[in-house]
Amino acid sequence: MQPDELILRLQQKDEKAFERLYSLYSESIFGVINSVLHDVEASEEVLQDVFIKVWDNCESYSSKKGRFFTWLLNIARNAAIDKTRSKAFKNQKKNLTQEYFVDILENKSSFSSKVDAIGIKKYIKALGEDCKKVINLLFFKGYTQKEASEELDMPLGTIKTRNRLCINKLRAILVN
Amino acid sequence: MDIQEYIESGILELYVYGALTSKESKEVSTVLKQYPEVEKEVEQIEAALQNLATAAAPYNPEEILAAIRAKLQSNNGVVKLNPASQKRTRLLSFISIAASVIFLVGIFVLLNRTNTLRKELQVVEIENTKLESKLQYSEDALTETKEILAVIRDPQVTKVPLAGQQVAPEAYVNVFWDKESNKAYIDAMGLPEPPEGFVYQVWSLKLDPLTPTSMGLLDDFVNNTNKVFALENPNDSQAFGITLEPAGGSETPTMEQLYTLGVVANNA
Repeated sequence: MQPDELILRLQQKDEKAFERLYSLYSESIFGVINSVLHDVEASEEVLQDVFIKVWDNCESYSSKKGRFFTWLLNIARNAAIDKTRSKAFKNQKKNLTQEYFVDILENKSSFSSKVDAIGIKKYIKALGEDCKKVINLLFFKGYTQKEASEELDMPLGTIKTRNRLCINKLRAILVN
Repeated sequence: MDIQEYIESGILELYVYGALTSKESKEVSTVLKQYPEVEKEVEQIEAALQNLATAAAPYNPEEILAAIRAKLQSNNGVVKLNPASQKRTRLLSFISIAASVIFLVGIFVLLNRTNTLRKELQVVEIENTKLESKLQYSEDALTETKEILAVIRDPQVTKVPLAGQQVAPEAYVNVFWDKESNKAYIDAMGLPEPPEGFVYQVWSLKLDPLTPTSMGLLDDFVNNTNKVFALENPNDSQAFGITLEPAGGSETPTMEQLYTLGVVANNA
């Protein structure tokens, strides 16, 4: 369930609601930022900025426009991508590799109690290369369908259905 | 709407990603509020993605919350604003409102001016076209006149004066016949305007026996300002005659309506 009640209280600038929402969403948002930046320190900075923005701009969210999670995602991805463009970040990461969330998951040893670590690792292993790419672009990088279809040289309609199959696999693992 | 098909289309995953346009997103939000099974599906997708993203987090960032809280307090939000800064915010917001109003007015003025300029441009363009066609017309007329002059001056060209006949004793016509190019220029300045429904027809004549061959009509007589008409004349003409014929011309000349007639000099 989307915590509509908490979101409403957040929009009335209720600190407690802000903290509850933070604990609900911060880790996944942190993950999104980290899979863009591949830099823990920079990700921490961006995460802070993102949630300050959330507090400052929470009244601009409306469930008519979309999910709260999606709203957060957009703020986070934009902030992370801005960061990759900053001079300091570029200097520090001279050779940004092509790695993405898959590498982070494969190399990670300590998982939060919130997620089924074994399940996720199993999922990544079972995931085809196409699925990895599609999810990376659409979810972690925030590409539009069209951009993803151009980048992957895949027809527009295929992107949508392929992606659904990929996410179905992920859901199957999490349910079992 | 077939809800199962809608779910299977994959649009809900894109919705959670934020990969749809804001219009599409709004539409999905509406559907989601109508159909609980769609909402459930969206929640499951969201949960799966949240799990996936959580797994990509370096660690659980609970302690970062303290830093955020501290920043928020030093900024503005959580702590109560003191009156001084409130005044400043008010002034700031006043300035920003004023600025946006000025900006808007500016845009309107610009839009207006663009519109006026566009209209003026249109008028000028129309006038330009008019002038261009006038110029074209004058150039055409000049070329025509030059052509006529060249024909008249050309020593190769035979001039045949046609004199007025019984129906029109005042009438006169000059034919300039270029035998090389088989062209005859009919200068019909001395012919009266043909009555409605009639047209002048030019005939090439062989004299012995009298054999007329039609060379053509003096079409659009009224509108031809030079009253010079170019006709093909491949015939071995001995004389030229002009008759008035019903519109469209005739097979043989109506001799009662013979306006002018003249014999080619060296055949005389």
